[in-house]
This record gives sequence, C-alpha cells and structure tokens, in this order.
Amino acid sequence: MSQLTTTRFGDYGGRFVPETVIGALDELETAFQHYREDTEFWSEFNHLLTSYVGRPTPLTRAHKLGEHHGIDTLYLKREDLCHTGAHKINNALGQMLLAKRMGKERIIAETGAGQHGVATATAAALLGFNCVVYMGRTDMERQHLNVVRMRMLGAEVRPVDSGSGTLKDATSEAIRDWVTNVRTTHYVIGSAVGPAPYPNLVAEFQRVIGDETREQILALEGRLPAVVVACIGGGSNAIGMFRAFLNDPDVKLMGVEAAGHGIDSGKHGAPLSAGKPGVLHGSYSYLLQDRDGQVQEAHSISAGLDYPGVGPEHSYLRDAGRVRYVSATDVQAVQAFQRCTRLEGIIPALETSHALAVLSQAGAGEDGPVIVCFSGRGDKDVDSVAERLGMM
Amino acid sequence: MPNGIERLDAAFTSTYGTAFIPYVMAGDPDIAQSLRYAGVLARYADVIELGIPYSDPLADGPTIQGAGQRALQAGVTSQDVLDMAERLRGGPPIVIMTYLNTVLAPGVERFLRRLADAGVAGLLIPDLPIEESDDIRRQTNEAGLALIPFAAPTSSDERLELIGRHAQGFVYCVAVTGVTGSDIAINEEFAAFMARCRRFITAPIAVGFGVRTPQDAKRLAEHADGVIIGSEIIRIVESSVTAKEAEVALDDYSRQIKVALRP
Repeated sequence: MSQLTTTRFGDYGGRFVPETVIGALDELETAFQHYREDTEFWSEFNHLLTSYVGRPTPLTRAHKLGEHHGIDTLYLKREDLCHTGAHKINNALGQMLLAKRMGKERIIAETGAGQHGVATATAAALLGFNCVVYMGRTDMERQHLNVVRMRMLGAEVRPVDSGSGTLKDATSEAIRDWVTNVRTTHYVIGSAVGPAPYPNLVAEFQRVIGDETREQILALEGRLPAVVVACIGGGSNAIGMFRAFLNDPDVKLMGVEAAGHGIDSGKHGAPLSAGKPGVLHGSYSYLLQDRDGQVQEAHSISAGLDYPGVGPEHSYLRDAGRVRYVSATDVQAVQAFQRCTRLEGIIPALETSHALAVLSQAGAGEDGPVIVCFSGRGDKDVDSVAERLGMM
Repeated sequence: MPNGIERLDAAFTSTYGTAFIPYVMAGDPDIAQSLRYAGVLARYADVIELGIPYSDPLADGPTIQGAGQRALQAGVTSQDVLDMAERLRGGPPIVIMTYLNTVLAPGVERFLRRLADAGVAGLLIPDLPIEESDDIRRQTNEAGLALIPFAAPTSSDERLELIGRHAQGFVYCVAVTGVTGSDIAINEEFAAFMARCRRFITAPIAVGFGVRTPQDAKRLAEHADGVIIGSEIIRIVESSVTAKEAEVALDDYSRQIKVALRP
C-alpha cells in the first residue's frame, strides 16, 4: 500500500488533486502537525480571537422564537457577532498564521456568500498578505455588499464566469490559481472541504465554536443541550460546533442542507439528502452528480449553501448515523429569516436561516436546551430578501 | 492482441525520434467532427490522447475548459467517447484522459471494462495522485490497461521514485507548475526537473502543458521521449473558419511537429 499517510473519515476524504499541489499539501500537513502542538502558535491565535474577533461570542436565550416553535429553552450561538459578521474569520486567521510561519507571501481564497472572502481579506490586511479572492459572477451580483467590502480591504476580487458562476466554480478557479502559484501562495479554503489536510484543519480552527458553547451551556443550564442545529454548505460552522459534542451520545446533532426549490424538484444543494459519493475539489464525499459523474449545479437562495458537495467528515457522520441531516427550502429559509428578525431583533444570514427553519422539527418533544449555531449576520442578504418580499 | 502496456511500449520504441502525442477533446464541437480531427492527427501521432469532457476540470486552463463545455453542451456522454475510441481502432494506441469522478460514477470495474472493450490502451487521471492509485491500478492491470501517472516540477525525489516504480506506458511530466495551456519555459529549471525524472523513472517520459510551436517541440525532443500537445490543437481549430479549413491546418501543423521531433 501507499507509503504516504492520508487523512480520511471512514471512506471519505483523501487527496484527489493534481500532482503539482501534493507537495504543498504535505508541507501544510507538516506545518499543521507541528504548530498544533506549539503553545506560542495557539496563544497568538487565541489572542487574536479574543482581542480582534471578539470571542467568546455570547450564547443568547431566544425566548420568543423558542415559544413560537414550542421549545422551552432555545439558545443562539452568536457567531454573527464575530468581527466581519460570521464564523469564517476563525478559520481565516488560523490558516493565515500558519501561512505566515510557512513563509508564504500571497493568499488566495474562494467565496460564495462573500463572508469567507471578507474574512480572508480582513485577516490579509491585518497580517500583511497580498490577497486574491475568486467569486462567481452570479454571487458577485447577489452579494454585492461583500464584494465592495473585500475591495475596500485591499483584496482583488476576480470574477469567475465558468459553470453557473457560483461557489463550485470559484473553488475550481482558486485551485487552478494554486496549482500555478503553489510555491509562493497559500490557499485559504473557506469550508471543511477540499483535499486532506484541509477538512481537518478547518474543523480544528472552527472547533472553538463548539468548545465555547459547551462551556457556556453548562454554566447557564448545568447540563448539555438536547439538540444542536447548524446549517451545512461545505459544513464548517457545523463541524466546528459538532466536534465538541460528538462523544456525547445524548446530544442530538442536526445538520440542515439547502433544499432550494424542494428536493423533488432536483434544484437544491443537498448532497447528503439526495446525492451519492464522488470526488469534487479533492475529496471523496457525497455529491450532486449525474450517471456519468458530471457534477451538477446546486440551487439555493443562499450563496453560502449553493454548493453540490459537502465536507467529508459530514459524509462519515451521516453514514455512521451520528448526525441527522435534513433540509430546508428557499421559502422556509426566508420565512425563518423574517421570523427571527421580528421576534428576536437579530437579522440572520440566509445560510443561518436554514438552521432556524427546522426548529419545530428539531425541538419537538425535546426535554432540554436546543442550540442553534447562529453562523452569520444577514446584512448582506437584506436586499435580496426585500426584493423577494416586494419591499423594494 | 497485446495489452495496452505492450502497445504503448511498442509505440515509443518504434517511433523515429520523439513520440508525438496529440490531445483531442472528444465531442468538441460534436462527436462526428472531433472524430474527423482525430483521424487527421492519427496520420502523424504515435499515441492519441482522447479527453472525456468533464464539468470541473481542475488541471485544465481556459482553452480545454472551453472545449469540454462545448462537448457537454452538445450532450456528449462517456459512452459516446468510448464509441469514438472504438472507431479509431487500428490507428495509434488511444489513451483516455479523464477526471476521477467519471471513472468512479459508473463503477470502476464497469468503466474499465468499457475502455478495454473499446480497444483503449491506457488511462490518465490528473486528479489521482500516485498514493491514491493502488486500487485502480490493480483493476487497470486486470483489464489490460496502462495507468499512466503524472509527475510535476514540485514532485519530491521520493515521489518521483514512487511514480517511476508504478509507471506503466509512460509518465506524463507536467512541464510547468500550472494548468494546461500555460506558457512553457524550457530553461535550466526545466532541465533540472527532466534530469531528476531521468534519475528515478525508467519508463518513457512525455512532456505536456504549454507546448505550442514546432520550435518548442524541437527543443523538448532533447529532453523527452514524447511531446503532448492539447490546447494549441484546440486553438488551431478555433481559429479556423470552417471544419475543412481546420482539418487542413491540423494536418499541416502535425506534419511540422513530426518533422521537428525527428532526431
């Protein structure tokens, strides 16, 4: 068998990328293994998380939203209060601290909703990197605010016209850039996807979400939650939250994919619900594909969930039955967006709205706290929701 | 009939000079026309690389991406490509270039049997690095097909040794860090990469990515056993007004390349 190690989650994961970047993945793996044991690295990372990102983020009790869904104790883990407005900044900073130590001078990233792009542009400004962000043309239109933010922060936003001009195409283009400039460039992948070691690396930088949540709920309620819910595009906020509870069999974990126009319509972004395993962007995982293995376009109102693949650890957790994966449609997400805004005075990202949309289902009959990973704020989405609701 | 590995070995040993390996995107702009283009190239080719169009070709630059998109829009399927390969039987050995998911989706065994039935000699999978390839190589061996590995300037000596040990048919050496259609630079760095390849790889070495002109080919012939040309062939077709004109241009270009590759 092979002499080189490969990180897998059961059958899922692996490193299915062109030979040119394998050396860079080895280099990243070595740096990650080295610095994960390095106290100076973690103290710099944790210092940035507290003094720059604003961690720990609060666990907010949502009384009225809980009441609406028949949930006695509902909490929101407020990643929307992170600097830049979503959990993405945790990973961007962690990876860039690694990149700095690896001597890279240039940073590239892909982005869908623009939150990862903004987080990467922000961290690049802070830490002094040149930064290029690839973004699908369709996403640049529907998340225009974030395009402007990235440019203000000094990043170059490169439009991607191939395919449907969304997250999948932006990721492919970022990988092509990396293949070309691999010696000088670190690719800050934004979700728990891609070739090993990325899925594990991203999960490790995001697990602060779950670790904090666990501590907070024990302090507030003196017990672990009954249910934890998170939305899934690639699945980085979800895996960051879930990792802290995987070994607690009594904590039910629920991941919510984008059902778009409905699973039966075929226009959705729910590979765990309606795909089959295959290879996209370097890892083996559930995937929307046709009989020949051509990757199909995803459909979702949420640019961050509009992706035909998913992180390999989620595929493993699905098959193992440890996490239950469900889905919410565009319509349900918009309703949840409005409900949360009106009842709690918090505007959720459309991605987060998918997690909020299944609360009746998640919390029904549960005796114990229900926690939603409130992955990001919805300022970026107000125009598109207002347009959909005829409020413009 | 000899198996794929033997046919590829024979192609490299019997050619006068350096082998010419043109790439054709099957189904661009449709199967019938791409078959005619392949027929023209087959007059000069030692091996033909036939591409299955794919939705997310990570190793390809804009030219081959565009060709793949046109083929997919024309509704070309994997079976259409293998039917096309079968029509090219009797000419130079055919190797199929495709991405891993098109091999996995129908089932590896079933896919490889279809390749063997179509008379294909070998298979190139750019997103299957050597350490992930054991299972598939076991099955290509059973099917009598060569699994042709890739090497890159960023491959370590350890990796080149591993690649050389498992090589079948030939090794596809990527001339530059980049995607297909980049600009090749035949400089000291490239020569050093070729020297490292020679140290660890005994199989024939074919070089691709960014080869355009007969002059490029001539200079590469000093280093390599084979020269792979893809994007430039698509550009020649794209810049021709009619299909007939493209066929004439391809014939002329291939002849020049073949002459340039003579010792």
